[in-house]
Amino acid sequence: MKELKFDAVVLGGGAAGMAAALELVSRGRSCAIIEREEQLGGILVQCIHNGFGLIEFNEELSGPEFAERFEEKVAKTGIVALCSTTVVEMEVEGEEKVLYCVSSARGVERIRSKVVVLAMGCRERNRGNIRIPGSRPSGVYTAGLAQRLVNIEGYVPGKDIVIIGSGDIGLIMARRMSWIGCKVHAVVEILPYPSGLTRNIVQCLHDFDIPLYLSHLTTDIYGRDRVEGVEITPIENGALMSEKSFKIPCDTVLLSVGLVPENELSKKAGVEINSMTNGPWVDSTLMTNVPGVFACGNVLHVHDLVDYVVEEARRAGAFAAEWLGGKKPGKELRVKAGSNVRYVAPSKVDATREGNKLYLRTLVVKNEAILEVKLDNRVVRTIKKGHVQPSEMIMLSLGKAELEAVAGPDPVLEISIH
Amino acid sequence: MKSSSDSFDVAIIGAGVSGANIARKLSAYELDVALLEKEVDVAFGTSKANSGIVHGGFHHNRKHLMARLEIQGNLMFDRLKAELDFPFERCGIVVAALHEDEMRAIEQLYMQGVDNGVIGIEMCSRERILELEPKLGPDTMGGLYAPGGGIVEPYRFVFSLVENAVKNGVSLMTKFCVESAFREGEVWTVRSADGRTIRARWVVNAAGLFADDVSKVFGAEDFEIKARKGEYYLLDRLTKAKPNRVVFPVPTSVSKGMLIIPTAEGTVLIGPTATGVIDKEDVATTRLELDTILKSARTMIPSILETDVITSFAGLRPVLGEDFYIDTSKKVAGFVQVAGIQSPGLTASPAIGEYVKEILKKDGLRLVEKADWDPFDHKVPRVKDLSPFELDELVKKEPSYGEIVCRCERVSEAEIVEAIKRGHDTLDGIKYFTRAQMGRCQGGFCTYKILKILMRETGMSYDEITKRGGTSAILRSEL
Repeated sequence: MKELKFDAVVLGGGAAGMAAALELVSRGRSCAIIEREEQLGGILVQCIHNGFGLIEFNEELSGPEFAERFEEKVAKTGIVALCSTTVVEMEVEGEEKVLYCVSSARGVERIRSKVVVLAMGCRERNRGNIRIPGSRPSGVYTAGLAQRLVNIEGYVPGKDIVIIGSGDIGLIMARRMSWIGCKVHAVVEILPYPSGLTRNIVQCLHDFDIPLYLSHLTTDIYGRDRVEGVEITPIENGALMSEKSFKIPCDTVLLSVGLVPENELSKKAGVEINSMTNGPWVDSTLMTNVPGVFACGNVLHVHDLVDYVVEEARRAGAFAAEWLGGKKPGKELRVKAGSNVRYVAPSKVDATREGNKLYLRTLVVKNEAILEVKLDNRVVRTIKKGHVQPSEMIMLSLGKAELEAVAGPDPVLEISIH
Repeated sequence: MKSSSDSFDVAIIGAGVSGANIARKLSAYELDVALLEKEVDVAFGTSKANSGIVHGGFHHNRKHLMARLEIQGNLMFDRLKAELDFPFERCGIVVAALHEDEMRAIEQLYMQGVDNGVIGIEMCSRERILELEPKLGPDTMGGLYAPGGGIVEPYRFVFSLVENAVKNGVSLMTKFCVESAFREGEVWTVRSADGRTIRARWVVNAAGLFADDVSKVFGAEDFEIKARKGEYYLLDRLTKAKPNRVVFPVPTSVSKGMLIIPTAEGTVLIGPTATGVIDKEDVATTRLELDTILKSARTMIPSILETDVITSFAGLRPVLGEDFYIDTSKKVAGFVQVAGIQSPGLTASPAIGEYVKEILKKDGLRLVEKADWDPFDHKVPRVKDLSPFELDELVKKEPSYGEIVCRCERVSEAEIVEAIKRGHDTLDGIKYFTRAQMGRCQGGFCTYKILKILMRETGMSYDEITKRGGTSAILRSEL
């Protein structure tokens, strides 16, 4: 069996993986990216719509264009990109991580490294995950699969579409399917507010007169061989109003009901997972509980924008390089998700450092909200937010000014929204 | 030798687990056998959607044929696995009692098991059952343990049987939906809806849910098969609630109850419900029943999480009274009924093959053993079962084993191609043969890859590819 050795191996060649790898090599570390698809770029490759890169490049790019900019940079460095390659085992032997990877071209290779950066991204939740009852005909696809079929493979999965869930990919696909001559009859969302970004609601639904049914549950998918329709039922005051159920005939159902970080490999290597994010617990340096294993991008928590993903991934790459150089975090404080906050990532901050970036999501929709940061029950910062909603990620940067005055043996930084 | 390509000694209607076992048994003799299946692939009816249990032999009284065949069938699985290489494991079965009353029912089951000659069956105290199955909840009072029970992947079992039967000369005809039949002299002429005709001296009716319709077509006994639906949830292989053995509740008069099954391929199944339905093709799941499953399963193993659910599905049991109905027709000659094969039909099926062979022999079918009968099926390597070293060797011989198509169940391109070569050319056929699309993403990542491989390997165009035949096409048009 062929054996390879690097300072760091990045699992996944999407935006996060490429950004983390670039940071590692820029700091003089040898690095490989392992990517199971034929090319780098991850899911960006099939996102042919624009809206990417406004923060990163200060211009509006399509997914493939955004990916290409990173691919070009990767090609100019010494990063070894192993595409069409799947990791089959990950073992931890003391300081060293051992990966077994398979490809048709090279068979199984054993790759040793001190650092592994998890950047595998996420997968779409499917019909079973949200327990939609009914028959099991053809014509039910996740929005991402439909996007792949239309944008890359050049096939139209159906003509009369109902989209379940108002996640961003579903909204983007509502517009895409309309453009190619399909009729999108409805977007059905269980929650009283949309799951996708507001700009997508406007550009993908309003502009195409596609009805959005909020607070509606899909209670049946019917049709024997192929989908013939869905039954949807309004939810009023938390109760399912069965007598108000109605049917929408269609031949295709697309699901956009959330994303789940893909951590099966991480779990097998002993990485502990936060059940609120389905991503690893990480410290102030984005390192998991397994020393030398870092995580970034959608495998850590699902982000809104790729621009935030690459920003986080670069920091993961930088922290990994520092860890290789023997640098350890200073005084770490535990971060707690307080009132109305779903999660905060990472789950630790370093009180001795400036620029601790925190990402969080709210549990509530609220105008004129206040984001409150408390250190050992003492308010150290408040931020006014004109509007918060669960679909929009909130970012926060904390430094010594807020964190230095620490008392007690286990100081807690609590973040809440009021 | 065959007189003409459409004349057979025996035609078996239905390529489910009963028909497949009968066909494979008869393939050992100098006979021309046809296996007729109305669906596009084998095992696409009741045999694909059930609990996949090899029962322990304590649920039924020996006075019933089903109990005798169950006990006999159970003992035949080890040899079949050695010959045919399908996923089967004798993991054992426990029945968990949650009240003192239920312990009395457990005692009845134990006595019945002992009476049925079940090997190693034992009554368990609370301590013993929790030792066997630590994930059982704190309310467990005790239970029953039958080490000889097991789990099997039912579709893979049928695929292997049919594959081997075909290898030994059986003619498999799919999409053969029996529409009419008449008997002239000693021979049946059987016509399918698409106009194909075959002739056979004996016909075996193993048509599952539709055995009543088939019986009528042949002018044989008038009976009615009722469909009883069972709904299931499939849980991720990484669930923390996976038991070591099949966990049964104490049975009711209608069914064996809702079980927790660690499947032979590593996932966990919970269910089934039991509801009578009119429509024999109604395999829809319902909100209410699915909620019942979760509740019921949690009374035994409380750690089952909703987030472990990958998918749900339903299957239909073909119900005809209390017992199996396996006999020659009393109304017409050359016709054998194999009807009402509900639970424990899968367990009993190898014995059903043997039993039907004996019936045919008594009815005058001459059985001469084939000198060159080959009981073995050639093994398909499965990437997910290989060590990195074994995989490396394999990829060097055949590179497409290194092309992982399905990440969740780790299925290579080579395995998909093998499925297609063996005639499984629908998305569901490929799923049941390889497990691709069966994991946690349910085909979200790999479906487009499988579509491309299917088109490449078969020459089918995009609109000819279906989920499971009929009008279940996947793609509507090109862009």
